[in-house]
Amino acid sequence: MTTVVDARGLACPHPALLTRQALRRAGSGQVEVLVDTDTARENCLRVAEREGWQAEVIFEGSAYRLRLTR
Amino acid sequence: MKRFFASRWGPIVAGAIIGILAALLVYWGNPKNMGVCVACFERDIAGALGLHRNALTQYLRPEIVGFVLGSTIAALLFREFRPRAGSAPIARFLLGAFAMIGALVFLGCPWRALLRLAGGDLNALLALAGLATGVGIGVLLMRGGYALGRASPQPAVIGWLMPGLMVGLLLLAIFHPVFGEGLPIFASTKGPGAAHAALVVSLVVGLVVGFLGQRSRFCTMGALRDLFLMGETHLLGGVIALLVTAFLTNLVLTWTTGTPYVRVSFLDQPVAHSNHFWNFAGMALAGLAFALAGGCPGRQLFLSGEGDGDAAVFVLGMIVGAGFAHNFALAGVPDQRLENGLLRVGGPTIYGQIAVAIGLAFCLILGLTARLRATEGKP
Repeated sequence: MTTVVDARGLACPHPALLTRQALRRAGSGQVEVLVDTDTARENCLRVAEREGWQAEVIFEGSAYRLRLTR
Repeated sequence: MKRFFASRWGPIVAGAIIGILAALLVYWGNPKNMGVCVACFERDIAGALGLHRNALTQYLRPEIVGFVLGSTIAALLFREFRPRAGSAPIARFLLGAFAMIGALVFLGCPWRALLRLAGGDLNALLALAGLATGVGIGVLLMRGGYALGRASPQPAVIGWLMPGLMVGLLLLAIFHPVFGEGLPIFASTKGPGAAHAALVVSLVVGLVVGFLGQRSRFCTMGALRDLFLMGETHLLGGVIALLVTAFLTNLVLTWTTGTPYVRVSFLDQPVAHSNHFWNFAGMALAGLAFALAGGCPGRQLFLSGEGDGDAAVFVLGMIVGAGFAHNFALAGVPDQRLENGLLRVGGPTIYGQIAVAIGLAFCLILGLTARLRATEGKP
């Protein structure tokens, strides 16, 4: 099952914090993170990289869907 | 370039360039150890607009205009201009006001704390310790679940309000209209407000800094917050780079001009006081308020330039806070060397001390009670 974290509209550092929380809780599998600013996208991708997850970025008009897998 | 600024080197290069330009701005005319100070410059703008009447700190600083518009230009070029707003504006306004009061008790924002240190002013060490303490408390509150509500996407015009406001300020700075008897755009004739680089120099430097700040996400508070909260050092490199290059530029300026730009001491520092406790406590309040609002004063300007209406409200809160800080004598009074050679140590008045206490109480209450799940039914 895919966990989805909706971090749209949240200011720093909450998107990154929620992403880390979700990745650690899931341990492995697939986690999707929704963000709507480029700063949040970069921060969440940095978290994913540090936690050892692969990332795919899907642009969905007004938001980014970060598909994180491990 | 898009990838470069998101890399490890982005904040370092941005911080290094900001450090050099800030030190040079002093050579070009800005006050000593105050090449760039977001809090002081917004305070000077409040004075220029007559929101306070401290005759020593009134000047419409074009650097601030440049920070916002430089960020807007970068955001447009890289398609990152995103009009958004609606995350607890009243809380952000008050966080801005109290952040300003805390910063003015110390006499500087985090950028100026770094620049003061780069000029040898050891009082900045107390302020940086206070900043770290305030940010640390903010991190504890975030770990406990603190968050302001979500912003939502807005029509383009909302994102353009802050850049528009800055264009208005620039026009006032250029044309200096007089609105009636004793109703000018105020400009100090002595004191720090009278010390400034040429308008075009300040504006261009501001635009460059705004551009770099938007691209690199440079943030002094974020550097400490990410370190404490996530063990992340991405932004910290930028802060250290700013300190190092400002110091080196000061050494070069000392060597080339024969005027000392670095003097290591606690006493007799420009626009500073050596009241250690209040240097610490003032910046602790500011650091906590920055942490709860998600950015240092510079970062808030960059965010407001890329369309963030909540950051813009924080900035306006800072400007209004500066009005209160001088109208109610809350700001720190600089140390003064008397004619008989004795030093009168400055610091905040009792009113400033009470304001810091009220600000800390406000931040703690907000930090302990504002929760996302209160509005959304989930964490």
